[in-house]
Amino acid sequence: MKPELGALIGAVAVFTFFAVQSEVFRSARGVANWLDPASTLGIMAVAVALLMIGGHFDLSAGVMVGTTALTVGIVAVEFRQNLWVAIAVALVVALAIGFSNGWLVTRTGLPSFIITLGTFLMLQGLNLGLTKLFTSTVTVGGIDDVPGYAAAEWVFASRLSVAGTEFRVAILWWVLFTALATWVLLRTRFGNWVFATGGDEVAARNVGVPARRTTITLFMTTAAAAWFVGVTLAVRLTSVQANTGIGQELIFIVAAVIGGCLLTGGFGSAIGASLGALIFGMTQLGIPYLRWDADWFYFFLGAMLLLAVLTNRLVRRYAEAAHR
Amino acid sequence: MSGVGGGATQSPPLLELRDVGKDYGSVIALDGISTTVRAGEVTCVLGDNGAGKSTLIKILSGVHRPDRGELLLDGRPVAFGAPRDALDAGIATVYQDLAMIPLMAIWRNFFLGAEPTRGWGPFRRFDAATARETTRRALAEMGIDLRDPDQPVGTLSGGERQSVAIARAVHFGARVLILDEPTSALGVKQAGVVLRYVAQARDRGVGVVLITHNPHHAYPVGDRFLLLNRGRSLGSFAKGEVDRDELTRLMAGGAELDQLTHELERPPS
Ligand SMILES: Nc1ncnc2c1ncn2[C@@H]1O[C@H](COP(=O)(O)OP(=O)(O)OP(=O)(O)O)[C@@H](O)[C@H]1O
Ligand SMILES: [Mg+2]
Repeated sequence: MKPELGALIGAVAVFTFFAVQSEVFRSARGVANWLDPASTLGIMAVAVALLMIGGHFDLSAGVMVGTTALTVGIVAVEFRQNLWVAIAVALVVALAIGFSNGWLVTRTGLPSFIITLGTFLMLQGLNLGLTKLFTSTVTVGGIDDVPGYAAAEWVFASRLSVAGTEFRVAILWWVLFTALATWVLLRTRFGNWVFATGGDEVAARNVGVPARRTTITLFMTTAAAAWFVGVTLAVRLTSVQANTGIGQELIFIVAAVIGGCLLTGGFGSAIGASLGALIFGMTQLGIPYLRWDADWFYFFLGAMLLLAVLTNRLVRRYAEAAHR
Repeated sequence: MSGVGGGATQSPPLLELRDVGKDYGSVIALDGISTTVRAGEVTCVLGDNGAGKSTLIKILSGVHRPDRGELLLDGRPVAFGAPRDALDAGIATVYQDLAMIPLMAIWRNFFLGAEPTRGWGPFRRFDAATARETTRRALAEMGIDLRDPDQPVGTLSGGERQSVAIARAVHFGARVLILDEPTSALGVKQAGVVLRYVAQARDRGVGVVLITHNPHHAYPVGDRFLLLNRGRSLGSFAKGEVDRDELTRLMAGGAELDQLTHELERPPS
């Protein structure tokens, strides 16, 4: 009963489908191309999957990518700070938002859906309002003119040459984060607590699991992932739009669900979420490679999501077959 | 040996309640409750729906603090601020349907909240191999034979899950084991299996608190019976002091049951 099994079959099927029909898709260059959107999405999807396994959603995860990217730009360019200072400030901002989400959810007992919807709307307003206030436009630019850029570019936006093809370093980070998240989930106490908190919070607390701390840590992890991706975007693009990240939060959840996460929590995997992101990346680039209309992309994604949700339901039925 | 007669028990009981009471707002859920739990004995708490049984175990397990009265552990007054405090004092609770997390493997459930670790610092990790093996062994010691410790708890039957939970509490050195209606959702056969594990735990010297509304389950295994009715005690009896029918009558409120029996009788035709 591996959560990621469905996503693995899906990923192989999607790859085969496009690889058979498109030479570009299966070339090294093509692989590097479709791994790129998969990597930044994957980093977020892994964190969102952990949170979902822990029983919660974060609708502010997308806009937080924008918030952190804008913070980097504003602190570095408008306040003339070293880029690394700006990156550190953005991390503090992200962790504070994550903590606030987690704290509100655990204190009020309200659905995380509604709490983070509030955070989402507030951040959307702040992103636009503050960007306009500081730059009088809706863009922060010139991040590459700031001291510290070269080192930051090396960490967040360099390219690695493998057998003559250039791959973005984000792919490497994505693989590392997936491995780390998998290890934490399956091989640490914290991972056990994540499954337990999402599976049945009251039961978990009754046997001494610090459920509240676990939940807050998960929200902060999601925020930290948003920070990482936000910094990556800011350094890569060197200018950030005020509406960056908005709408992505649902894509993260879709990837996690395709990867086998139950909407009700307590079940899922980090590798699954990464495979979900991979399916997303392959489809996003595979469809234009086949010269199909881009509209098909969303149809395809929706179909994958439905299929995944139906499969996940069977898993839950099986696991709870004898319940009560 | 379980001291059924209770004559030779000079040491203070493991756990003692003295005039304990608890209110929920204006609802008096419990009032004036006194009883004892001794090592190697089973104290049964009997009562109808809403009698206050669950409230009582929530006090014992540190979920609630009593509003009145005293809780004594080894003869000394204690106040539990959280379930963790009660656990650390050796009081383990198995809740009726909140005992386990259905989607998690048996061995993960078994060690939940008390995971063994190896390594140090950032490399400290959950020792899964030890956890798996210990689970299998601990269950086998209690005579519970499970095919695969990796199967999710949700695939176990209700009786199996109660048994695993009891084995877990015993394994972690519980001195007092509280069971909230472990048999209420079970058929006759499965209830028998669970009661057998209760007796096993008792024979290992654990003080057991068994909550039930079924005197037929309580009587064979119990050494002491605390009867609750609408938050008040109808008495705390040693086994020698009551018989099963008496227990049943007291539980249903005595006269009320006679009345009911009368009403339900077929009219003579
Ligand atoms: N959290 C609460 N808030 C208010 N009243 C409560 C609460 N919990 C229990 N009560 C009330 O306290 C009384 C005792 O309830 P309790 O759950 O302890 O009974 P019980 O003996 O466990 O019943 P059952 O056999 O149905 O489980 C009931 O009248 C119940 O309505
Ligand atoms: Mg109850």
